[in-house]
Parts: sequence; structure tokens; C-alpha cells
Amino acid sequence: MLATIIASGLATGAVYALVGITYNTMYATSRVMSFTAGQVGMLGGVLGSLYMIVWGLPLLLALPLVLASCALIGVITEYVAVRPVLKSLEQHLYVLSTLALSLMFQQVTAIEWGTEPRPFPKLFGLGTGIYDEKFWIPVIACILTIAGLEYLYRYTLVGRAFVAVAEDNYAAQALGLPERNLRIASYALAGAIGGLAGFSGGELMLAFFANGAVLNFYGFVPVALGGLGNNKGAVIGGLALGLFQQAANFMVGGIFASVAVFALFIIVLLFVPQGFFGSATARRV
Amino acid sequence: MSLAAPTHTASSDFLTANRLTYCGLLIVALSLPWVGNDYWALIATRAAIYWVLVSGLNLVVGYAGQLAIGYVALLTLGAYTTSVLTAGNVMPPVHPYIALMIAGLTGAFFGVFIGLPALRLRTFYFAMTTLGFATIVTQVALAWQSVTGGGIGITGPEFPAPFNSAWGFYAFCMGIAALCTWMTSNVAHSRHGRALVAIRDVEVAAESSGVYKPHALIKVFIIAGMLAGISGGLFASLQTYITPDAFTFELSVLFFISILIGGRGSIIGPLLGTIILTLLPEIAAPLAAWSNFLYAVLLLVIVLAMPGGIAALIDFENKKALHSDRNLVLDVDLLGAFKPETQQSQPLELKGIRLQFGALRAIDGLDFQVKSGEIHGLIGPNGSGKTTTLNVISGFYSPQFGQMVFDGQALPAGLPHLRAGLGIGRTYQTPKIVGEASVLDNVMLGGIASSDTHFIEAALTLPRAIAEEQKKRHDALQALRAVGLDKFASVRADRLQHSELRFLEIARALMGRPKLLMLDEPAAGLSVEEIKKLGELIKGVAKNGTAILLVEHHADFIFSICDHVTVLNLGKPLASDIPSVVRVHKEVVSAYLGA
Repeated sequence: MLATIIASGLATGAVYALVGITYNTMYATSRVMSFTAGQVGMLGGVLGSLYMIVWGLPLLLALPLVLASCALIGVITEYVAVRPVLKSLEQHLYVLSTLALSLMFQQVTAIEWGTEPRPFPKLFGLGTGIYDEKFWIPVIACILTIAGLEYLYRYTLVGRAFVAVAEDNYAAQALGLPERNLRIASYALAGAIGGLAGFSGGELMLAFFANGAVLNFYGFVPVALGGLGNNKGAVIGGLALGLFQQAANFMVGGIFASVAVFALFIIVLLFVPQGFFGSATARRV
Repeated sequence: MSLAAPTHTASSDFLTANRLTYCGLLIVALSLPWVGNDYWALIATRAAIYWVLVSGLNLVVGYAGQLAIGYVALLTLGAYTTSVLTAGNVMPPVHPYIALMIAGLTGAFFGVFIGLPALRLRTFYFAMTTLGFATIVTQVALAWQSVTGGGIGITGPEFPAPFNSAWGFYAFCMGIAALCTWMTSNVAHSRHGRALVAIRDVEVAAESSGVYKPHALIKVFIIAGMLAGISGGLFASLQTYITPDAFTFELSVLFFISILIGGRGSIIGPLLGTIILTLLPEIAAPLAAWSNFLYAVLLLVIVLAMPGGIAALIDFENKKALHSDRNLVLDVDLLGAFKPETQQSQPLELKGIRLQFGALRAIDGLDFQVKSGEIHGLIGPNGSGKTTTLNVISGFYSPQFGQMVFDGQALPAGLPHLRAGLGIGRTYQTPKIVGEASVLDNVMLGGIASSDTHFIEAALTLPRAIAEEQKKRHDALQALRAVGLDKFASVRADRLQHSELRFLEIARALMGRPKLLMLDEPAAGLSVEEIKKLGELIKGVAKNGTAILLVEHHADFIFSICDHVTVLNLGKPLASDIPSVVRVHKEVVSAYLGA
């Protein structure tokens, strides 16, 4: 039983962590937390199922197509729901604009794809029991994403430009960095990461329109645990959340597992408001 | 000329427009049973039930500015609590009225619980908490079959006669809805409502005026949660049978849009919004499948295109041109009314204050005293720690070393919301004003620390609350006359010009009858003529015994009105003496004034 808890805990945790990274990547260049983060996760699963089962595309074609589609969703988010409200960030209108857009994606999916969960294809057909691929694919996807992001941020010019914009938007603009294009690029990147989250977790969560709302919340918990904008924190927070949730699931049952997660979330927010890896924010007078 | 005259004539148009709308709605509500059929009764009852929830949510969203997007969860909770209790699934059946009350209490409890993060954290966290709660409540309702009936559902409560017929229940819900309108409107127009709006728009100034955010928010979370729970109980009765499917997240969006479409900081707007949004699906029935999508589109369009909502559209008063004569005519004789009640000869003393941010010493060993009736100038180059000193005294920063003594007692570091009550008033480098509220309301905000009527008294407009409100209004008008802004009392504050906002901030600070008044660069951006008036005003305030601590860059202004000047450089005092000595002090001249 312990092995099952660990396997399923790490798998769901990796999906939550990836959605958390999606939040962070969008946040880094815009200071906006977008509710579309969970929806691209949902779309990763739905589109994966659409391309592979309905259209019959092979994995090598379907995966890039899913990532590209979700990147596009990211860019749409930036254009429609983020850019128009950036000027009045302190009014937090982005909460509503991104929520509205996120619900639009969800509703279109519900109407066009249906409101029942539909199967997601076996990607490789490897492993059984606790070594089933559905448990390790999300973990591998998470590791690859982290490695890729580390490489991007440390060794490439574009990545450093991202970091510069995230660190100090005005200074970056003064240096002549194309802040707007970088923001669009980061939303595309975030979309692709979210898509990967849903695609890699597809066998676990199926292609289901309501996954978006669930991922929106469970993907945000790691961000709150780890600290806003901190990817390392999101990964650790995500895995911890996955393990905690699965353990609670096995021990006290499904109803109270989600209640336990929610209570934990509130308690952490109250006592460690900046997250375990975040830095305290300064006073605003 | 009577003091109250200008506001009454100015705001009467708007008030009548509001009253006419309320009367119109009342007539429609009363005549509906005589002209409509049961289908109309159903729709109107639904609108009333939604409004019970939205009226409370409006205080949270429209007034306090907290983005509670998942309030459908509290509706669900209320609906299940009432249904389960009356059905007797877990304990002997309870009378529906009692069940409804318990639903209200449950709603209040969870309203506060999910609101806890909002007391400390940025608003997105609160939005997320309410969203998470909505997700979880639905999951629990589905999974906890023995109690909730799971996906199959449970029968809703039936209220005893005469409320068990369509029109009987309609009357019951309408009665509750009318009560909610009255109560939330009372709260909104009391000091509690002003405090909420101030938290929303100028949190810092709200704190300095004596508003303690957690207290103010918890009260509205209680009332909003309670109303949501009650609304849920009524909703379950209207549905006669409830399943988790009845409580989609889109219902939450509908509540939210009702408020946004109505406009922030308005009661009538969201009321109209709720009615419109309840009717909309009935009219647009052919679009049923896409209705949730259209709600989302509507939300996006409102946020991007008409942030003011209906209330802004029907606010004719603020579309009129302002007085062309913008000359400030001070009446310093009125300042006597804002004289501190008691005053020590030396209200403020700082001893060895040191404040570090990491390795940087922003204030490095600062001592000074401000005497009663003295105008004490605090000058120095940028970054020398002037505003930081004000923030330490205001309690926004806690220094690592040193003591502060105020009014004969140690002044604890931190606790900005207690400062106003002690008699410390202040203004800000960039005026912090609630732009959407009237000039008069902004000034009345300054009277919050000295108000003591309870939330309940305000909600029920008990005599003490009315009396206090009238007194504050009178004082605020007096303060406005003193600074020469009385003719703008009913105007939205964001229509004033910058220099007028500076005087408005002083009027607000005067409402607390300050023993110490701290002014942060009040002359910045003022014309020569206005600076002269500002000097006159400050001197008038000091004459009543208020100690003034004045941070300013305008050297001539400082030297012409100050009794004592302290010069800061790099967080340390460079000189502290009477103006004529400081003016020729060698180091001061080289560090700051220039030859």
C-alpha cells in the first residue's frame, strides 16, 4: 500500500508541480496569476486524446501539436486577459479577466468535447502495477521541464532576458529588452508547460473538461507552499501535496482527503504566508 | 448660510433617482401577485433569493474589494444544511425555520474561515481560497452519500403555511430580500461601509485613520456568509429537490457579474444587476447550452469595457461640470473645533531611533521632540530618512532601537491602526484618497477612530448610530469649510485637482482632533498662492495646540513657517535649531541647501 501511495502521490504531485510552474512562468514576466493555468493543463489531456484517439496521430506528432496548441492558449491569455489590465495591476482586475477567459475555455471544451471523462491513450504501454507508465510519465515530464528551464534561464540569452524582466521590469525595459515580446514568449512557454502537465498526466486524470478547475486549485497550492514565482518551491510543494493527498485518500477516504488538503492550504497561508521558499514582501507605504 | 446646505442641494438629484428606482421595484414586487402567474412567481422568487446572497457578497466584493469568486460554495452549504436538517438524515428532523437559521450560522462560520487568508494576504489568494472551497464543497456533496444523497440528491425543505404556496413563498423571500437591502444599505452608508471602501482603495490611509482591516473584514465575512447560507436554504426550498449539479461554478460567476455590472460601492446597481441576470436566461432560453459561456464573455467584457457598472451610468450628479471658481477660501476660525481635547506641552519625543533594512541604516540614531503648538520642520536631501521617520511614528516600520514617547506614554512600535485613536494624524507624499467616494465621505473617514457605534447598531440604524453619523457629518463639513473645500462636499474626490487633494487630506486628519499632525511634503505641486494658504492653515492648526511635524523640500516655505527645524542627512540629524540658525549652518548649507 505504501508503494501505491508513493507512486500515485509522486505522479499527481508532479502534475500539480507542473501546473504550479505554469503559474510561476506567467507570473514572472507579468506579475499576474492567471486562472488559465489549470485550463491549459486540462486541454493538454483533452487535446492529447483528440489528436491520438480521434484523429489517430502518432505520439511523435501528437505531443508537439498538443504543446503548440497549449502555447497558443497561453498567447491568447496574454493578449485577451492580461495585457488590457496590466496598467491597473493594483486593482487586481486580472483575477476576473483571466477567470472569465478560463471559464470560456472550459465551456467550449464542455460543449465540443462533452461533459463525461473520455479515455486517454496509452503512450508507450510500458510497466504494470506500481511501475505502470501512468505513474512515472508525469515524474519524467516534471524532471525534463525543470532541467529545460534551468538550462534556459542559466545558459541562453532569451532565458536571461526572462530573468531580467522578472527581476526588474523597468530596468529591463531601460536596457532595451523587448519586454512585451518576452512576456508573450513566457506565456507561450507557460502554456506549453501546462499542456505537458495535462498530457503527461492524461492516463491518470483522463480527458475531462472539469479537470481545469481542479488543476487550477491543486496547481496553485504548490505555488502558495513554495512561494510565489519560486519553481523549486513549486516542485517540492507539488510533490509534497501529491503524497499528502494520496496518503489521506487511502487513510481517511476521498471526501476528507480534499477537506484535509484544503485545511492544510488555509493553515499554511495563515502561518507561512510567503511560502516555505519565498521571501517576505516589503511594506508598501 | 447653513452648514449643511451645499451637500443637500448637490446630492438630492442622485438620491431621488435612487429612491425612485427603489420605489419602482417595490411597486413591481407588490403588484406581481395580482398580474403574474406561477412561472413569474418562480422567477421573481429566484431573483429575491439570489439577491439575499448578492446583497451580502456586495459588501465583500463591491465595498471591501475582496474578490470572493466562489460564493456558490456557501449557497451549497446552506442548501444542504437546511435540507439535511429538515429531512432528518443525521439527527431528528428540525423545524425549517430553525434549520434556516442554522444554515445562516454555518454560512457565517465558513464565510469567516475561507476569508481568513484575506486578512493577511494579497487578494489573489483569497480568490483562490474561495475557488478551492467551491471545488471541495461540491466534491464532498457528491461523495458523502449517507448524508447528502450523493449524485441522487435530497429533498429541499418545505416551509409551513402560508409560505408553502408559490406566492406565499414569494412573499417570504421578498420580505427577507427587502430586509437585506435595508440592512446592507445601512452598513454601506455608515462608518463601517466607509472603512471597507477605504481598505479597498487606500489601505494605508485607512489604517492610519484607525481602521483595523481584520476586524472590518471579519464583520462583513460574517454577514455575507450568513446571508449566503440563508439564501441557500431558501434556494433548496424553491428547487424542492437538490443535487450537486444545481450548484455549478457558473452560478458564482452570475453572482459576481451582478455586482460588477451594478458597479462597485453601490447597492441599487447590484440589485438591478441581479434582477437582469436572473431574467436573462429566461429570455435567452434558445441559447441554453451556451449560456455559461456567455456569462464568461459578459464578465470579460465588463471588466475590460465598463468597470464602473450601472451605478456609474446613472450617477448624473458627477457628470455635471464642477464649480468654475476653484479658489480655496479658508476659514481658519473654524479650526477651533478640531483642537485636541487634552494636550501635553511636549506630545512627541523620539529617543535614539535606529531603523535598518538589512545593512542599510535608514535612520541612524535620531532624537527630537515636538512641542505643543510648534511647527517642527524636518528637512534633508532625498533618502535622508524624512518620510521613513514619519512611517516609524505612524507605526508602519518598527525600529530596531530607540524609544518613542507620545502624550506622556511610551508609543509602541508598529500598530498603525491605533495611531489615530491616540491623536496622531498624517498626510502622504502622494495624497491617498478614495477617488470613488465623495469628498465628504473621505473626510468622514478621518472620524472613524473616535466613533464607537457597533456594526449591529449601524446595520439597524439604531438612534445612537444615527446621532453619531450626524455629528460626524457636521464635523466633516466644518473641516471642509475650514480648508475651503465645502463647495465640493458631494463631489467624487477623484474630480478634484492635486492641490485640493492636499487640503482634503488635512481636513481628514483634522477629524481625529490630532495632538500631533504629520504632513509629508504638503506643498509639493502647489502654486505660490496655494502655498501661502497652506502656511496660513498650518499655522492656524498649530495655534490650537496641535504639534506639527512637517516634512518639506520647499526651503522658503519651511523657513517662513517653522518654529524649529531638524535637518537629516543619511539618517542622522545634522542640525536641529531655530530656522535662522539652521539656515546658515555650515554643514547644512553644504549637504542640502547649497550656497
